[in-house]
Amino acid sequence: MKWTTICELTDIFPGTGVCALHKGEHVALFRPLADEIVYAVSNMDPFSDVSAMSRGLIGETSGDKSGDFYVASPLLKQRFLLTSGKCLDDADASLKTFKVRVHDSKVQLS
Amino acid sequence: MQKQRIVVVGNGMVGHRFLEELVAKAGADQYEITVFCEESRVAYDRVHLSSYFSHHTVEELSLVKPGFYEENNIQLLLGEAASIINPEEKIISSKTGRMVAYDKLVFATGSFPFVPPIKGYEGTDTFVYRTIDDLDAIEKCARNSKSGVVIGGGLLGLEAAGALKALGVETHVIERAPMLMAEQLDQQGGEMLTRKIKSLGVQVHSGKNTLEITDGENARKKLVFENDEALEVDFIVFSTGIRPRDRLARLSGLEIGERGGIVINDQCLTSNPDVFAVGECALWNKQVFGLVAPGYKMARIVAQQIVSGESAEFSGSDMSAKLKLLGVDVGSIGDAHSRTEGSQVYVYQNEPEQVYKKLIVSEDGKKLLGAVLVGDTSDYDNLLQLKLNNIDLPENPEGLILPNTGGESTASFGVGALPDSATICSCFDISKQQIAEAVQAGHTDLAAIKAQTGAGTGCGGCVQLVGQVLNAELLALGVEVKNNLCDHFEYSRQELFHIIQVEKIHTFDELLAKHGTGHGCEVCKPVVGSILSSCWNEYILEQDHAKLHDTNDIFLGNMQKDGTYSVIPRMPGGEVTPDGLAAVASVAKEYSLYTKVTGAQRIGLFGAHKSDLPEIWRQLIEAGFETGQAYAKALRMAKTCVGSTWCRYGVADSVGMGVELEHRYKGFRMPHKMKIGVSGCTRECAEAQSKDIGIIATDKGWNLYVAGNGGMRPRHGDLLASDLDKKALMQTIDRFLMFYIRTADKLQRTSVWMESLEGGVDYVRDVVMNDSLGLSASMDKEMQNLIDSYQCEWKSTLDREAQLKRFNHFINSGQQDENVQFVSARDQHRPATAAERIAIIAVEA
Ligand code: SRM
Ligand SMILES: Cc1cc2nc3c(=O)[nH]c(=O)nc-3n(C[C@H](O)[C@H](O)[C@H](O)COP(=O)(O)OP(=O)(O)OC[C@H]3O[C@@H](n4cnc5c(N)ncnc54)[C@H](O)[C@@H]3O)c2cc1C
Ligand code: SF4
Ligand code: FES
Repeated sequence: MKWTTICELTDIFPGTGVCALHKGEHVALFRPLADEIVYAVSNMDPFSDVSAMSRGLIGETSGDKSGDFYVASPLLKQRFLLTSGKCLDDADASLKTFKVRVHDSKVQLS
Repeated sequence: MQKQRIVVVGNGMVGHRFLEELVAKAGADQYEITVFCEESRVAYDRVHLSSYFSHHTVEELSLVKPGFYEENNIQLLLGEAASIINPEEKIISSKTGRMVAYDKLVFATGSFPFVPPIKGYEGTDTFVYRTIDDLDAIEKCARNSKSGVVIGGGLLGLEAAGALKALGVETHVIERAPMLMAEQLDQQGGEMLTRKIKSLGVQVHSGKNTLEITDGENARKKLVFENDEALEVDFIVFSTGIRPRDRLARLSGLEIGERGGIVINDQCLTSNPDVFAVGECALWNKQVFGLVAPGYKMARIVAQQIVSGESAEFSGSDMSAKLKLLGVDVGSIGDAHSRTEGSQVYVYQNEPEQVYKKLIVSEDGKKLLGAVLVGDTSDYDNLLQLKLNNIDLPENPEGLILPNTGGESTASFGVGALPDSATICSCFDISKQQIAEAVQAGHTDLAAIKAQTGAGTGCGGCVQLVGQVLNAELLALGVEVKNNLCDHFEYSRQELFHIIQVEKIHTFDELLAKHGTGHGCEVCKPVVGSILSSCWNEYILEQDHAKLHDTNDIFLGNMQKDGTYSVIPRMPGGEVTPDGLAAVASVAKEYSLYTKVTGAQRIGLFGAHKSDLPEIWRQLIEAGFETGQAYAKALRMAKTCVGSTWCRYGVADSVGMGVELEHRYKGFRMPHKMKIGVSGCTRECAEAQSKDIGIIATDKGWNLYVAGNGGMRPRHGDLLASDLDKKALMQTIDRFLMFYIRTADKLQRTSVWMESLEGGVDYVRDVVMNDSLGLSASMDKEMQNLIDSYQCEWKSTLDREAQLKRFNHFINSGQQDENVQFVSARDQHRPATAAERIAIIAVEA
C-alpha cells in the first residue's frame, strides 16, 4: 500500500480536525486527544453538501472513556462516528472513511 | 361494509376539537369525514384572537397541526357554508350545489356577535369582533382614524377596547349598565375595574344607552345618548353579546330554544337522534356556554359516543374565568353575585393599590360558592380548586383573601390538599391523578406533561397549577431535579462556574481530570470554554482552548450555509467614520463580499472564504477596527439613537454613553450573547427596552432596564433603577452582568434567566443594589479584571503564526474550497445552491 504524507502530526491541535486534499477529495482528519491516533472521514457534510466536517466539535458517546469518538457537524450538528462514518442521528446518512496512519510523526493517507 | 359517514358543520374551535378527539379515539380510516368550513381558513384560536394584532400571522393562531386533514383523509370544504339539510334523506348541501350524505351530523356553528338595531348601526365604519377578517378590517380602519368606541363593556368588549388602545387610537367604551362586566363581577368589583381602566387612559361611559348613530361633525361618527348627550368618534366596534348560530338547524326542523340555541340533551343530541350539536351553538339545560372549555367537553362526549356506541353525559361546566383585560387582572368564580340563598360574603378592598376581593360562602360557612377578584388574581387557582372540589373551608375563610402580613400563617393551601380526582385542566378534563400518572410514567418536565396529557395546551390558564402538581409529584417520588450538563460532568453550569473560579482552574483538561469523566462532548466543551473565558478572559483559541469552541468561535466568524464566514467589525454605538466606511468598502470589494447593514447598527460582510479571513481582518485592523464578535456569546453591540447631540428632544448624550459601555463590556464571554440599547429620551428610538441592558435618559439621569429580549420570544425589560448618575449606572450594570455570568444556566439569555429567578427583578435589585448577598465587592473586582484583560481576539490571532495555518482550507494545499460558488443577485451575489453549482474537482498542487 502506498502512503502519501499529508502533514505533520503537530499541525493538528489536539482535540480538533483539519481538511486535506487527497486524490481530488476533501478528507477530514481528526485528532481527538494529544496522542498519535488520527481518524479520516469525508469532509463533505451530507446534509448541507458543504466541505466543513473538519471544523466540527469532537465528542464522545459516553462519559466513561469507553465510548466512541464522533464529530458533530458545524452546520446542523448531526453526529458521525469517526471510526465508521455512521451518522448517529439519521440511520440513512454516513460519511465515507479513509485509511490513515501516523508514521514518524507524519499523518499519511493511502 | 360501508364506512360510517360523519359530517361536521363549522370548523371553529369546538368543531376542530371534535375531529381531533374522533381521530385520536378511533383513527380516521374508520370513517368518511366531511367538514363544512364557512371561513376561508381552518380552525384557529379565537380565545387568543387579540394577539393577532401583535404578530399578524394566521399560522400562529391556527389550531391545526400541519397535515392533520390530509393525513387523516378528512375532506375539508374551505370557504363553503352548509346551507340546506334534508333530515329524512340525511343529505346536506351547500350553495355550490355540492351534496353530501351523512350517517351522523354534528353542528358546531358557534355564534355570531349580536348587534342591537340602533338607528344607523349598519353604516360604514362599524365592526364586530369575532374573526380574523373582522380584525383585519378594524386595523385597516384604525390606521386612518383618531378615535374609536366599543359599544358593550363586557368581557369581549374590554378585550376589543384593549386592542383599539394598542392600535393607538383614542379609545372609548360605552356600557348601558352602571358598571363594567356586569355578568362576571359584582358592583364593587365592577367599579374598581372601571376606575383602573380609566386610569389607563380608556374613557369609560357607563350607564349610557345609545339611541342613534349619525354622521359626526368633528369625527366620522356621532353616538347620540339620552338627555341630548353625544360622543363623536371615527369608528365603532359592537360587542353587545353573542347569539347562537342556529338558523340552519331551525330550518331543518330541529328544536330551538325560546331565545335561540340548538336544544341538546345530556348526550349532546338534538331533537333528531342522528344530529349532535356542540359548542356555542348548543343550548343545554337552558344555557348557552360562551366559553371554550364546555364546548371541548361536549366535543369529547360526542366523539366518545360515536366511537364506542355507548352513552356519555355532559353535566354542565364551570363558568369561572381568569383574564387580563387591558393589563388588569380579573377573576370570577361560581356564584359571583351571591344569588344562592343564605350565602354570606367576605370582602377585602384596598383602594390605594386598587385591589378588590370577595368570597361568597355557603350559609354554614363551610363551602366556597364563588369569588370575585380584581387587581390581583394570585388566589384564583386555589379558590377555584376549593370550589370545584367542594373542599371544606378553613376556620377563618377571610384568610384566603387577606394579604399575608407576616407572622401568622394564612389559610392558603397547596396542591397536596386537592383530591386525586380534582380537575386541573378543564379544557382537556385532566385530573390531578392523570398528571401524577404521567409523571410516574417518566414524563418529568412540563413540556413532556403537556405533550403526553394535553393539559395546559388549551386556554393555558392551568399551566401554573399543572407545574405545581408536577413538582409535588416529583418530590413525592423522591426525584431530585437534576441539571447536569451532560454525561461528562455531573454538575450544572452554575456549579462548574463556581468550581472553576474557586479552584482557579484554567483548562478543560484539568477540570475534566478533577471533576469529570471521559473526554467531553459538544455540549460540555463550549460551556466550559465560555466559563473559562468569563473567569480568566484568556486568548480564546490557545492550543488548550481551541478544541472547545463551536462552529463560530473556532474561526472567529459566523459560518454561513455554504461554509464561508461573515465579517462584522465593531462600530461602537453604531458610529463609523467616512474613512472607516471606505476601508470596509475596499475590503469588501477586494474579497468580493456581499455587504449589508445588519440589524444591530453595523455593517456585515458575508461570504468570506475561511482562508481569506486573516488577510481581511489584517486590513480592517490596520484601518482601526476591532472584532465585533458577532459570532460570540459576548457583548454584541450598544445600539444607540443620536441623542441630545443632534436630536431636538434628547436629554442626554446617548451615543457617547453607548460607545463607552460598548468598550467597557466588550470581549469576555457570557452564558449567552448580550445586547445593550441606549436611548436619549423616552421616545426610545434605540429600542432599549428590548435589549438585555436598556438605558433611557431622563432629565435627572438614566433609567436602567434589564432582561429585555428581541428574537424568538420578545420581552420588554424590567425597570431595575431610575435616575442613576453615570457612576451608579455603570456600577449597577457591572454587578448585574457579573451576577448573570455567575448564576445563569448554559445558553440562557438574561430574559429567561430573570424569569427563572424566584422574586424576579426585585430579587436582582436586592442583590445588585442593596448587596443582600454580600457579593458586591467580589463582583466589582471580577468585572474590573475582565475589563482590564480585554484584547481584540482577531488581532491576537494575526500575531500567532501557528493559528494562521488553521485558516487554510486544506492543510496540504493553498487552494480554496472549489465548492464555494456564487451566483449574482440584486447587484451583489449569494451562495449557489447545490443544483446551481458547477462541478469542479480540485487537484493536488
Ligand atoms: C447578521 C444578522 C442579521 C442581519 O442581516 O441583520 C444576524 C444573523 C444571525 N443571527 Fe441574529 N442576526 C442579527 C441581528 C439580530 C437581532 C437584532 C438586534 O440585535 O437588534 C436579533 C434580535 C435581538 C435579540 O437578540 O434579542 C437577533 C436574534 C437572533 C437569535 C434569537 C435570540 C433570542 O434570544 O431569541 C438567534 C439565535 C440564537 O442566538 O440562539 C440569532 C442567530 C443568528 C445567527 C448567528 C444564526 C447562526 O448561528 O448562523 C445568524 C448568523 C448569520 C451570519 O452568517 O452572520 N439571532 N439577531 C444580524 C447581525 C447583527 C450584528 O451586527 O451582530
Ligand atoms: C375575542 C374573543 C375572545 C375570547 N376569549 C375567550 C376566553 O378567554 N376564554 C374562553 O373560554 N372563551 C373565549 N372566547 C369564546 C370562544 O372563542 C368560543 O367559546 C369558541 O370559539 C366557541 O367555539 P365554537 O366552535 O363553538 O364556535 P366558533 O369558534 O365560532 O366556530 C364556529 C365556526 O362555524 C362556522 N359556521 C357557522 N355556520 C356555518 C355553516 N352553515 N357552514 C359552515 N360553517 C359554518 C363559523 O364560520 C365558524 O368558523 C372568546 C371569543 C372571542 C371572539
Ligand atoms: S432571522 Fe433567522 S435567517 Fe434571518 S439572520 Fe436571523 S437567524 Fe438568520
Ligand atoms: S384549563 Fe385551558 S388549557 Fe388547561
